[in-house]
Amino acid sequence: MFGLSFTPREFWAVIHGMILGGLFLISFAGGLAGLYMMRPQWMTVEGLRKQAHYLVTGAWIMAVVAWLTVITGTYIVYPWYRAKPPEGADLTMYPRSFLKANEAIAAWHNFGMEWKEHVAWFAPILATVVAYIVWRYRDQLAEDDRLRKYTIIFFVLAFLAAAVAGLLGALITKAAPVA
Amino acid sequence: MTSNTSSHIPSGPAAAAFLSGAIGLFVIGLLTTLSEASHAVGNALNWYDPSGSLVGKTGVGIIVWLIAWFFLNKKWQDEEVNLKSMFTWAIIIAALGFLLTFPPFFSVFKG
Repeated sequence: MFGLSFTPREFWAVIHGMILGGLFLISFAGGLAGLYMMRPQWMTVEGLRKQAHYLVTGAWIMAVVAWLTVITGTYIVYPWYRAKPPEGADLTMYPRSFLKANEAIAAWHNFGMEWKEHVAWFAPILATVVAYIVWRYRDQLAEDDRLRKYTIIFFVLAFLAAAVAGLLGALITKAAPVA
Repeated sequence: MTSNTSSHIPSGPAAAAFLSGAIGLFVIGLLTTLSEASHAVGNALNWYDPSGSLVGKTGVGIIVWLIAWFFLNKKWQDEEVNLKSMFTWAIIIAALGFLLTFPPFFSVFKG
């Protein structure tokens, strides 16, 4: 349709990076605002209850999205990235080998992918911890400043891990697309 | 899904969640550095060849995280703990996890 087409590899790269990864990063702002606003002096009792309900739903959705992002990345897209090329193959079809073969861009693998592939897995673990605490403590988060602050710190760490992975993923894809 | 909203929930479950999460990060970081230092460790963690040792590193990290969470939660589920102290430890352990996945750091140990 409209002359647009994706290879299966491009399709999964888009699902992994732009749809799932993008959704997690975009929804972070809403989650952060929701957590920050959980204060009894700023909301009515009914408002706090509703806010807690939305936060629980949103936090669990974000955690699930983070898990789906790393699972699709590790088990679907990454094997294409690291596939070993046969003798005499066109290396542009084998991103890892393509990057490593060229010293000028090898750092995209040696630093970029090596950090991205590991740090990305921190995001779903941290997001799950946040979702559990928001679910377990609900409107108690509004009364407990310290617990709310600690939850926000873990939430920010989850975002930073996802942001590092997402940014490096986009830049690596620009240097050597999984196409 | 429901949770107890009518009574005060002690700080123990939150401390267990923070600390176990940090332990999971640390284990992934530690295995990243160890598999860089030792081919034997890297090979042992290669649970799924198309993705290499990444699957083993993250798999062990997740298993350790969940086991730690289960036991810490069981121990502290009805207790008030020093949340500030536990969270400080969680941040230190998580920071080590981040450091151990940082390529300029783990490449120092390259075997």
